[in-house]
Amino acid sequence: MENIFVNAAGGIRNLLESAGLPSLVVDISIMTTIFVAILVFVLLNVLWLVYMERKVSAYIQCRIGPNRVGPMGIFQTIADTVKLISKEIIIPKNTNKKLFLLAPVMIFMPPMAVFAVTPFGKGMVALDLNIGVYYFVALASLSTVVIWMAGWTSNNKYSLLGSMRVVAQMVSYEVPLLLSIVGVVLLTGTMNLTGIITAQQSVWMIFLQPVAFLIYLIAAVAETNRTPFDLVEGESEIITGPFTEYSGMGFAFFFLAEYANVLLVSMLASILFLGGWLAPFGLTFIPSWIWLLLKVYLVIFLLMWFRWTYPRTRIDQMMAFCWKVLVPLAIVNIFVTGIGKYLYESVRW
Amino acid sequence: MSEWVGVALFIVAGLAFGIVGIGVSFLVHPRSKNRYKLETYECGIPAEGSAWGRFRTQYFTFALIFVIFDVEVIYLFPWAVSFVQLGLAGLIKMFIFIFILVLGLWYAWKEGALEWK
Repeated sequence: MENIFVNAAGGIRNLLESAGLPSLVVDISIMTTIFVAILVFVLLNVLWLVYMERKVSAYIQCRIGPNRVGPMGIFQTIADTVKLISKEIIIPKNTNKKLFLLAPVMIFMPPMAVFAVTPFGKGMVALDLNIGVYYFVALASLSTVVIWMAGWTSNNKYSLLGSMRVVAQMVSYEVPLLLSIVGVVLLTGTMNLTGIITAQQSVWMIFLQPVAFLIYLIAAVAETNRTPFDLVEGESEIITGPFTEYSGMGFAFFFLAEYANVLLVSMLASILFLGGWLAPFGLTFIPSWIWLLLKVYLVIFLLMWFRWTYPRTRIDQMMAFCWKVLVPLAIVNIFVTGIGKYLYESVRW
Repeated sequence: MSEWVGVALFIVAGLAFGIVGIGVSFLVHPRSKNRYKLETYECGIPAEGSAWGRFRTQYFTFALIFVIFDVEVIYLFPWAVSFVQLGLAGLIKMFIFIFILVLGLWYAWKEGALEWK
């Protein structure tokens, strides 16, 4: 069970090499197989997350939620997606038509590129980059540009407001997010995601960096545009902001990409702070990839709990909270971590 | 090097996924013509003017502060990785560097750039 996916990849590689193919072709075929596997994993998780969000929100609000399509309504999201594919993509006449269509096409590009470096379990990583964290946050923030593109080209006042808020919010919360990750990199001494996980063998980062974890979690909620920081979409005031003019599959892509981003930030949270695929209490008989999924879903449930508990903030409160509370706090955290690490190293030597 | 070929492959494949999704939808979705359907949505009344006009500069201020801090963080990451090798000198130098940026943040705060007026 532990090495089932690693062995499968090795088996395919052996099969291709025994067929006498050149090594470049073998590499590219392996990479394509991994991409398809990751795509299936992401899509299944996203479909499940939409269903889970609806169920969790329903139970928090004393409702039942979707319960008609399939057992417990489990096929509801699939039915919704099929419906959205068969809906017309309306392109309003005042938009910039090319960019209007390009935005939903490009929205899945940043999350998929980031999943390339994410470890899914022991030895289960498509590309083990030595600057993994760097690459992760650099590409994950690219979706800001795509959402801004969607809002600006719509030529709609609600969309414009929403896209301006996207830039202001996601760009501002990027800073505390990065600063909180610096604390973890400082302690582990590596930017490689696998290296960060193995460095937590003795103690998880959440116990050494509790403040950084809190900052990261708050910034992650803002980065994924979820309540209490969902001013970008603000259904009741600016009618889902940048996506107001989108219909059919165009809207579905933005909707699914939002959950792909939720999956991403939760994965990074469990990798950086919760020990990734490391098993707690020596429970190693459960495979590492199941442990990672369990931790990821713990974080996701927390995010959903936030969403259905807190009301929406105002934009001035949100920006002030970021720059006047989170950023100074994160800088102080780096100071304390640096001094603490230096003292620890000098005492040990 | 082969790693970056993989990155490029993933980016291209992510784009292809979007193209296929929208493309399939274009093949199967129904089409109907209606002159009101292509109007910009604005509370049901005819839209007043274009949205491509002037906008408040407050957002731009935040973008400027962000650029400064983002560049700062780019320098912080290599420092964090080689923390042990750099020793006390590296720690003090980086603290001076961060301190200068904190001064910048304090100045922006004092000048009211962080207030939402």
